[in-house]
Order: sequence, then C-alpha cells, then structure tokens
Amino acid sequence: MTESPPDTAEPAHRQLGMTDDEYESVIAILGREPRPAELAMYSVMWSEHCSYKSSRTHLGRLPSSAPWVVVGPGENAGVVDLGDGWLAALRIESHNHPSFVEPYQGAATGVGGILRDIFTMGARPIAVWDPLRFGPLDEAHNRYLFGGVVSGIAGYGNAVGVPTLGGEVEFADRYAANPLVNVMALGLLRREQLVLSAASGVGNIAVLLGAATGRDGIGGASILASASFDEESGSKRPSVQVGDPFEEKRLIEACLELYDRSLVVGIQDLGAAGISCATSECAANGGMGMDVDLDSVPVREDGMTAGEILMSESQERMLAIVEPAAVADVVAVAEKWEVNASVIGTVTEGGSLRVRQQGELVAELPAASLSDDAPKYDRPLARPGYLDELWAAGLTAAPPGDVAEVLPALLDDPALGDRSWIYQQYDHQLFLNTIIEPGHDGSLLRIKGTDKALAVSTDGNGQRCYLDPRRGASRLVMESALNVAVTGTMPYAVVDNLNFGNPEKPEIMWQFSETIDGMAEACDQLMIPVIGGNVSFYNESAGVDIYPSPVVGMLGFADPMPSSPPRLDRARAAMEIWLVGPRDETDFAASAYSRVIHGRLDGRPAATNPDVGRGVIAAAAGLAHHLPVLHDISSGGIAVALAEIAITSEIGLSIGDVGWSELWSEGPHRFLALCEPGSMPTLEVPTVRIGTMGGTTLDFGRHGAVELSTATGVWRAAIPRRMA
Amino acid sequence: MVFPGTNCEHDVVHALDLIGLQPELVFHKETDLTGFDAVVLPGGFAHGDYLRTGAIARFSPIMGAVTAMAATGAPVIGICNGFQVLCEAGLLPGALVANRDLAFICRPVHLRVETSRSALTTGAASGEVLRIPLNSYEGNYVASPETIREMEAADQILVRYCDASGTISDAANPNGSIGNIAGVCNAAGNVAGLMPHPERAVETVLGSTDGIGLLRSIPAFADLVATRP
Amino acid sequence: MKFRIDIRRKEGLSDPEGMTTHKALHNLGYTDVTSAHFGRTIYLEIEAADPAAAAAEVETMCRQLLANPVIEDYDIGVVG
Repeated sequence: MTESPPDTAEPAHRQLGMTDDEYESVIAILGREPRPAELAMYSVMWSEHCSYKSSRTHLGRLPSSAPWVVVGPGENAGVVDLGDGWLAALRIESHNHPSFVEPYQGAATGVGGILRDIFTMGARPIAVWDPLRFGPLDEAHNRYLFGGVVSGIAGYGNAVGVPTLGGEVEFADRYAANPLVNVMALGLLRREQLVLSAASGVGNIAVLLGAATGRDGIGGASILASASFDEESGSKRPSVQVGDPFEEKRLIEACLELYDRSLVVGIQDLGAAGISCATSECAANGGMGMDVDLDSVPVREDGMTAGEILMSESQERMLAIVEPAAVADVVAVAEKWEVNASVIGTVTEGGSLRVRQQGELVAELPAASLSDDAPKYDRPLARPGYLDELWAAGLTAAPPGDVAEVLPALLDDPALGDRSWIYQQYDHQLFLNTIIEPGHDGSLLRIKGTDKALAVSTDGNGQRCYLDPRRGASRLVMESALNVAVTGTMPYAVVDNLNFGNPEKPEIMWQFSETIDGMAEACDQLMIPVIGGNVSFYNESAGVDIYPSPVVGMLGFADPMPSSPPRLDRARAAMEIWLVGPRDETDFAASAYSRVIHGRLDGRPAATNPDVGRGVIAAAAGLAHHLPVLHDISSGGIAVALAEIAITSEIGLSIGDVGWSELWSEGPHRFLALCEPGSMPTLEVPTVRIGTMGGTTLDFGRHGAVELSTATGVWRAAIPRRMA
Repeated sequence: MVFPGTNCEHDVVHALDLIGLQPELVFHKETDLTGFDAVVLPGGFAHGDYLRTGAIARFSPIMGAVTAMAATGAPVIGICNGFQVLCEAGLLPGALVANRDLAFICRPVHLRVETSRSALTTGAASGEVLRIPLNSYEGNYVASPETIREMEAADQILVRYCDASGTISDAANPNGSIGNIAGVCNAAGNVAGLMPHPERAVETVLGSTDGIGLLRSIPAFADLVATRP
Repeated sequence: MKFRIDIRRKEGLSDPEGMTTHKALHNLGYTDVTSAHFGRTIYLEIEAADPAAAAAEVETMCRQLLANPVIEDYDIGVVG
C-alpha cells in the first residue's frame, strides 16, 4: 500500500470504500481536504463493520436495561451483576469473512479478538462458544473450511488457555461461499476490577502493550467485513491476520495483574481499525483528546506509512491509559510477562486527536468525529415477494412412514448427529468450572467459592428466519431461554450476532428489521435485557445472500446451582418419560424432517406464545433441581430428542401414545423430562406421560422401532464419516 | 511452577488444596525451591509449545533447581505439558509427539495402574482402573524399543490407556502412544510424568474423583523419602 | 524425479514461532542471531518422463494443497 493513490481514475476515498457523500462529510468536519492518514482513519472507522451505519437505526428497539445490567451495549462487552460482588461479562462477534479467506487463522484470530474484548473489561475470560455455519459436507471445499475453522478455534483457544464449551453448527448451500464463524466469550470478575475504555486525566499516558505492528490485516474491517465476496476475493488475501495465542496468554496475565494492582485508568483492545480506533475511542469516551507519536509504535516491517500503522489490525495488542507515576510499574509488569510496552501518546484537553510521525503532523481531527459523526443510514425495506408462495406451500403433517427409516436418516444428518468430533478437539474442562460439558442443551459453569452457576446456550436457525424472520428470531430467544432453563438456571441476559446479506437490498434490510422486532418482542416477554451484540452484513457471494442468520447467546443464572443438574446420560431403566409443554403436530416449516426427508424449505413457522413460553421455562428451571434428565425439543422434534437421551445414556425406550406427525414436528416451548416411577411433580403447564426407559430398542409402537445400537452407530458417525 | 503459557496452574492448586496440601505458585524466573517438599509442573502451552513442546521451557531459570530437587529424591511431577518439559529436560525417558490422528483430544480416558512404586502412584493399586480426562495435542509417547525394554524391566511404566474393564488394546489407545503408555517415572520413582490430568478428576460434580489417589501419592511418597534411613 | 519443496510464512506476516525461538536463543546467549523463521520441507518422488511437465505439476500441487498461498511462499527444487 502507498499513501499516494495509485495512478488510476478512481479517487482515493472510493478506493477505500467511502462514498462521495461520506467524503464530503469528512471535508465538512475538518474544514479542509483530509490528509492521507486521516482519510485512512475515517474510511475504516466509518466502515459498516466499525460504524454500524446501516443497523444503528434499528438496534435501539432492542430492550437493554434491567436492574442487574452494569454495562449495556456500546462497551467492549456487556456486564451483569451476579450478587455478592461478582460480575459476568459477555460478548459475541463474527469472523465470517476472514474465516472464508483463511479458515484456520480467521477462526483463530476471531477467538483472540473476543477474548481481548472480555479482559479489556477487567474480567478473566472463562469460556468460549462458537456458532458455525458451512456449506454441505459432501463438498471437499466445505470440509476444508469446516476442518480448518474447528482446528483454528482449537489451536488458539486451547493454547491461550480458555476452555471452549461448544456452540452449534448447521450446514446449508447458502453458506458454502460464505460460512459463518461466530464466537462468544464469557468472563468473570469482581466488581472492583471493572475497567472501562475512558481516557480521563490530562497528561495521562497511553501505553501500547503486546505484539509489534505489521501490515497484516490492513483494511480488514472495512474491506473484508463491509463488502461482498466476488471473484476478486483472492486479491483481498493480504488482509489475513496471523494469531499468536502465546502472546495473547501473556497479555491476559499482564493485563489482569495491572488491574489487580490498579495500575490503569482505562484500557482498550486493538481490533478492527487498530490504533485509529483505540486511541480515538479512549479519547472520545473520556471527553478528551490525545497526542500520538507513531515513531514509538514497535513495527514488524520497515517503511510502514502512517496510514498503515494507524489501520493495521495486527493481533494481540492493547492500549492502556496510565497515570504518569504508574508508567514504570506498568512497564515492570509487562516485562515480567515478557510483553512489549511502549509509551505512544498523552491524553490532552480539547478533544483533538493529533498523530505525528517523524516530527510531522500526519493527522489532526476531532477524536469523537470518528465514531459520533459516522454516517447513519435508514435504508429502504421491502417484504420479499417469495414469502407468500412459501407460506402457502409447506407441510402441515408428516406423510405416513416408518420410524426405522426416518429416524436413522435424521440422526445421520451432520447438524443433528453427534458433535463430539468438534468439541473433543476443544479443551472444555480447564479452570474446573465445567459442570455440564458440550453435547447438552446448554453449558453449565459453577463459580468456585459460591453456590452460583452460569449457563450459556447459543442458538440460531437461519432457515426458519428465512421463512419468517420475526417469528424465527422470537423463537430463537424462547428456545435459548429454555436451553439454559433445563440446566437449572433462569434466563438473565442476551447477546446477539446478526449475520445478514447485503443491506443495500431492501429485502435483506426487511429481514433485519423484522428480526430485531421478533427478538425485542421475545426479550420483552421474558424480561431479559440485550447487553451487547454485533452486526455482520454483506454475507453475500455472487449475488446470493445467506439465510438471515441471527445467533442468540443466552446467559442463564442460578443461585444456588442444582446440586445434581440434569444430564442427557442419566436416564436409567424404568424411568418415566414425560412431555412438558403444549402438544404439537403441525410445525414443519424449516423442520429437520422437511429438510432431510423431503428436501423442502417452505411453510410458515408457528408463532411463540409468551404465557406458555414463560410457564415452560419456569417449570424447566424448577424441575432441574429434582429430575435426572431434562431435554429441550428442537431440531428433529420429539423423536430425535428421545434418541439423543437413549444413545447418550446407552439404554432403550418405549413410547406410547404419540402421533406420527407429533414425532417430528418442531413447535416451540416443549421439553422432555425423565423421572423415577411415580415421582413427576404436578406442574402448571401441560404435562403428559409418553413412555418408559428400558431395553435395547427405541420402540415407537405402531410407528416402528430402531435398535439402540443402530441409532448409536449412525448418530456417532454423522460427522466423522464425512470428514474421514 | 508457572512458565509463560502454562494454564493449568490454578487447577492444580485447587486440587492440591482440596486434598489438604499447601501449594504455592513459583514463577519460572525464580531459581530457588528451598522449603518445598515437592514440585508439580502443570499442563498448558509453556512458551506457546513453539519449536518443540517443552523445548524452550527446559532452559527456564527455575529448571536448575528442579533438576537439583529431583536428584535429592523428592517428588517432581509433570502433568501433560509438564511431562513434556521433564522429557525435554532429560529427567524422564522418551518424548511426546503429535497424536496419531493429528487432532487435539479432550475427553476422559481409562488408565490401568501398572506400578505403585512412583511418586504419583503410591496411593494406587497395581491393576486398578482410573477414569481421568485427557487433554492434549502432543500426547503420543514415543521411545526406542531398548528404552521401553529397560523401563519395563525397571518398573518405570506407571499407567497405560485401557478400556473400562482394564484391557489394554489398540482401540483403547487414544493417541498412538507406544505400548499405550500414559505415564512413566525415572528409575528412582520420584520423577513422574502423566499425560492425562488428575487435577480434573477430584470432585464428583466434575464427573470423577479418580485423580485424588494419584495426587495424594505425592505427599505420601515425600513422607517415605523423608523417613528413609 | 525427486523434488524438495520449502514452504515458509510470507514475508511481512507474523511468525510467532520464529519470534519466540529467536528470543529463546537470545536468552541462551546467542545474541548475534538477528532473526529466526520457521518453515516446512516436503520431499516428493514423481515418476516422470518429462521433467518440465513434472515441475509444472509440482507447482500446481503447491498452489492447490501443499502450501497455503494466503499466508505461505514456497520454493521448489530438484534434488535428484
């Protein structure tokens, strides 16, 4: 890259992805033409990825307040109060585009980035989850991407020393040229450790911690995440970043020691837009300015221009704001952990960000203008024309069939089969907090030294959201809440990752707007705040958009934790099987049954019912303190949920009066509960006994039967046989 | 013992606390272990596992004191990455290389105790089957056939991967380790390395308590050493 | 024909393994070391009548599978 525009007709701002109108705004703010470094800073900070310019108009409709919210959306991570001085920090992000270009490093640096967001808040990151979407595994390239992403998450997460507790995965054609790699992290901290990114105090010092700055990832935020894929993706490859988990591990330990010793006033991680973003945000959040000297930034390569240093997305860097008297101590802590520390700037009065290189002023601009004055678009919305036809089509019942054929076909689907091929590559036990490990509805973590526990579930269903984004999103929230409830916790807070196609298409913007409304509605009904989120637009390749793919990350909280929380592997002979929640036999829109057995994606998903939803969630959270097995009913309906219990517990079952369609239908607000004979408590929600555990067969009576060994073999092989 | 990149140190401290010991973390830049009765090198990725796993950590300042302590007969225990460091430092025979399937493995495995003469197995009975979580990429134990013969003759193999009934087989070998070896000790039995993580199996709520006996062996062995004439 | 393929991280991309090893060498007193970089070497034997065609084939293999052109450069040499 050079600072002088190459010899082409295209003006510099357009080459950096900035519109003519946006360029005029920059001139209006500065009262002059921007210098090259300034233009670079505005172009990245005003990119879709950094500025949320297409989504900000809508995001305000999400409820974000509750008495237990300590830090809401806008900071690096949302923070909630768990009582007794304990706080939890939660954050979700996407690394979709980088992971398509280079799956291992894309996923690895995604993990690194989300961890920095968490320990920037003063919290020790204690767990990571990864919701993933790929094209079908029959194709070699999709297998390459899937395998590369999983080993990138494992390679970075395991080495940096933060357990990965799973996530979820789906496969569909729409993700083949645009896979989704989302990553969510949870942190734990004491109230007095909370740190924010405000640079208060004139004369305070900005210290850059961590890795040297190279040319990697330059323009990544604006170029990779704010434009669609096309045949030129190859030329975008230099933007790939390389992660170093060992540097990050030392950075985590160094930062946590700085917080412990109260040596920093504020801190900010360097992610998208690197030094530009960190210095301007620190200054603007504190209502201050900053003088920055680029000659003090350690660089990995000679001859880097001011714009390159300011925009570089080199990984594993943090910017700490430190009182002058504390600088020596900060440097000493950094040395202990073998982390580089360089004084690069000073906090000033007046709100102006001034950047110098070799004595020359290369940028001088109002720090707040990079974020506050970013463009905000109210893009046109249009309901997609295809919906009416799809809604009218759809199955309303399952055509007659035999369990012996249908159930193995579903269990062989890689999105329904055993996911241990993925999570056995992740260290999911480190820190000794993991009570419910991956492979269950939600993860459950204890907080050592207390009776408290946190549960986390990540959920998405792009196909259901495609058929009805509002209902789809609302159901995601309800399902996620039920997933944490069956571990014995009550839903407490939500983060969302909104993965969508090209926002310049009105149909995509409509999907986005409807999703926000559906999510807001369900969160209001459950009285849970949205404490943070991320928007990823332009998930489009060759004109084809991905399914609208919001992902919900739900945090559940229990105090006390169930003494013996329900697990899928605790079913024993003679236990009674109960269905809790409404009976349902017509919800086949975007069901696994429709997709796998009939190859169709149509119909209109059933709506949620807030009263029933709340009742069922409360029932599950209560039963979890008494019963051995609870299991949410979702993809594949009752039949697949039963099979998962039987396979995991290595015992058969027999089912009585359940209709054929009811076996596969996926209506909301339902779960299975197992209990010792005669011990099912009376509940305020519909409850019906449907069968008994025992034997070596999954016996569905008149609908047919499958040997447990057959079901187990098919289910366990679903992913390994495709990846072999 | 904390090297940069070590990550299981707090878990080991938690587990040793639970069995009533008084563990302290020692940073790798220290050079003195006076006053300690035993040393545990916990798991993790010391120095990022770059170059070769354990290769850089063995040159840490503290390793001189560790080697000296090993020579006195006091327990020196390496778990996972710590085992790798002890092999690189020449305190244990053999080496650990990438798993047979070239993938990280995190799941519980069964181990059959082969001898109770080491600082990690004093509290276990020969033939006993334990269920302990494995968590490694480079857990595949290798050594030359002569070394293996010598170790077998000197009773230096602590535990082998097996199935739930204690049978040693290829099917029960998660990572390709030669002879299903999951842990070894030196000739004196005081330096011991184990690939799976006993500190992850110390509470019912975590799924297993089979690690307690192994960890309790450390003070028991130290007492034996101390009372030896 | 025997080919030797040397694969290394592209110039300018960070090489954490190389940097860490560099630092470790310094700590052991080898302060004259100015850089350390990691790479991989692959040896291939190919039954080939036409050396030029075989070399072109190896080139294709590198781009397609052996190296990751996104982050790696490679050199192909004939060793026999």
